[in-house]
Amino acid sequence: MSKALSAPAASLAPIPVRDILPWLVFGGLFCLLAIYFVGAEQGATALLPGHFMHELVHDGRHLLAFPCH
Amino acid sequence: MVGSLLLRGMLAGLLAGLLAAAFGALAGEPSIERAIAYESAAAQAAGEPPEPEIVSRDVQRGPGLFAAAMVYGAALGGFFGLAFAFAHGRIGGGDPRAVAALLATAGFVALALAPALKYPANPPAIGAADTIGARTALFFIMMFASLTAMILAAATGRNLAARFGAWRGALTGVVVFVTAALFAGVLLPSVNEVPADFPADLLWRFRLASLGTQAVLWSAIGFGFALLTPTARHLSASD
Repeated sequence: MSKALSAPAASLAPIPVRDILPWLVFGGLFCLLAIYFVGAEQGATALLPGHFMHELVHDGRHLLAFPCH
Repeated sequence: MVGSLLLRGMLAGLLAGLLAAAFGALAGEPSIERAIAYESAAAQAAGEPPEPEIVSRDVQRGPGLFAAAMVYGAALGGFFGLAFAFAHGRIGGGDPRAVAALLATAGFVALALAPALKYPANPPAIGAADTIGARTALFFIMMFASLTAMILAAATGRNLAARFGAWRGALTGVVVFVTAALFAGVLLPSVNEVPADFPADLLWRFRLASLGTQAVLWSAIGFGFALLTPTARHLSASD
């Protein structure tokens, strides 16, 4: 640790995995849900009834390369 | 620290989504309109009634496209921020901007380029309704496989770099990624639902626009995050 402090540019202390994990679980889940709504909702599967989400994100879904129709 | 990096990533992603949507509107929308015209003509020829429009085309190509790209950008940016939290101090040297550039390149290759080589983007009018489930599953499997290949490549490259030098480590990482991604691409079944008379130039232009949109998205996430990133000294602080 004292070695890392004496030469901060050469050997930066990485953020411990146990500090990242909780953020990964909650932030990751939130982000995955967002990707699902843009990429697949009301296409392959549907959490909400109808076609509103599908049609709203339609052009983005095509351009971002997700399968559609 | 991690929460702040997550938020910075999402903010960079939101702005990147704005730029990507602007690019998509300019480069991709003409192809989408042409493809929809082809689709309508084909449906009319087959005697099918026109589908009801819930969201108007004006909203779809404007606010809809921007909303989709910005939400997607923010989500990718969030993962980018978390990946940065892990990568910083582990790969790419001490400069946070270099780490951000490396991650953005890796993200584009793993989540846009490699999946597009196996399952290229398709404009409207391509794709049967009854295969959407299988096509979506295959696409996400390819993304996941490609991302796993990238993580494997980074871990291998890092280990070898410590022993045999940065150049050999990086080169081995590239070989590991290409081999593993190719392996996944060869194993997964191919999908081709392009109608026989679909204009080839339209397909090419749309796919190019799609890849361009994602290139803009990932570049902007990388640059945006680098601009928003605290200096190396702040990152090494433990708070």
